[in-house]
Amino acid sequence: MATALTAAQAGLIGCEHCGLLVQPASTAEPGHCPRCGSELESRRRRSIERTWALVIAATICYIPANLLPVLGTTTLGSTEYDTIMGGVIFLYTSGSWPLALIVLIASVMVPLGKLVALSYLLISVQRRSPGGNRERTRLYRMVEFIGRWSMLDVFVDTFTVALVQLDPLMSVRPGAGVMFFAAVVVLTMIAAATFDPRLIWDAGAEQEL
Amino acid sequence: MQTHACPDCDLLQTIPNLPAGGKASCVRCGHTLATGTVEPIGRPLALSIAALLLLIIANIDPLMDLSAVGRHASTTIIGGAYQMWVDGEQATAVVVGFCAVIAPAGYILFMLTVLVGAGRTPVPAWVGELLRWADSMRPWSMVEVMMLGILVALIKIAELAKVEPGIGMYAVGVLMLLIPAIEVSFDPDAIWQRVVWVEPKASPEAAEDPHLGPSS
Ligand SMILES: [Zn+2]
Ligand SMILES: [Zn+2]
Repeated sequence: MATALTAAQAGLIGCEHCGLLVQPASTAEPGHCPRCGSELESRRRRSIERTWALVIAATICYIPANLLPVLGTTTLGSTEYDTIMGGVIFLYTSGSWPLALIVLIASVMVPLGKLVALSYLLISVQRRSPGGNRERTRLYRMVEFIGRWSMLDVFVDTFTVALVQLDPLMSVRPGAGVMFFAAVVVLTMIAAATFDPRLIWDAGAEQEL
Repeated sequence: MQTHACPDCDLLQTIPNLPAGGKASCVRCGHTLATGTVEPIGRPLALSIAALLLLIIANIDPLMDLSAVGRHASTTIIGGAYQMWVDGEQATAVVVGFCAVIAPAGYILFMLTVLVGAGRTPVPAWVGELLRWADSMRPWSMVEVMMLGILVALIKIAELAKVEPGIGMYAVGVLMLLIPAIEVSFDPDAIWQRVVWVEPKASPEAAEDPHLGPSS
């Protein structure tokens, strides 16, 4: 391609839902896509502020998610509480270290990595850093792709609670941590969808091809 | 040939007509812009029908059975969300119910309706609307994550009592493969090229440039 031109530079908008390239009468108020009817936006509206708000909210929830117990196991009257890390250690000591590793990655490292990655992307866009656009876009796609896997522990806890109901012998109940943990996953997934990767490419006049 | 703006970097580029199995990536950021599919309607339709059947089995049959000292317990997917609700974790119950049941069911049912509707000529505008709904359900449908969660729970509980996988679990395992298969075999452009526009005045038949419609 001889000339690299973005839709925004050409005064066009690509519909996010159906992909139609539309020439709006006014770029300030582009209106709706004539083909699918969804609202047209050159860039996701107030993407940086909204993504920051969601990242900060998720970071706040991340603390009780890790400190509060996610499960309480009652065996003959005495109750033992487990945090997420406690669950990982249980899996490790009971001999299934591959599972311990999977849960550790999905529940501890992935959420933390997402928060760090999104913050880095937001800061680099705000500073209008010109370089590494391809790598940053790849990082964004990874955040988008991997985010759902953090829900793993919520499912593990749900099915453990649902199955181990043998009162008074043994029963498992959920702890408050699980709600905060689910909140972290949901908030970071929405944050990833709110961030607009096109902002990475808008910075700098340099055209990377 | 069609001009598109890359959804990830906004670069304008023309996409050639692709052969089956072909793929067009953005020259600047590498985003997959289009894929060539063999049967963009028929194949995902068959897969969606299979997915609907497995969804029903996965939601009716128990995921696993537990037995300890002469007592038995079992759980279904909805049973898991219900127990969370009863135990005071309503917010988590809603998240689990949405990601494990409502979003996958919504995705499969919307896709099924879209693919059936796509057989009509011209494709009615509501098909496009439902396709948008299916797209919005897809990120929240977490069947594969749930499958791994069931396996981890199974192994954890096996330390304490005797557990056996149920039919529901196998159904979840197959469903986990069918949902991405629907996605891969389907080409949304096959719908969008033939759909009746929300604003017929702006459609290609009415406009001078077939790729540039004015907005409202
Ligand atoms: Zn559209
Ligand atoms: Zn691109």
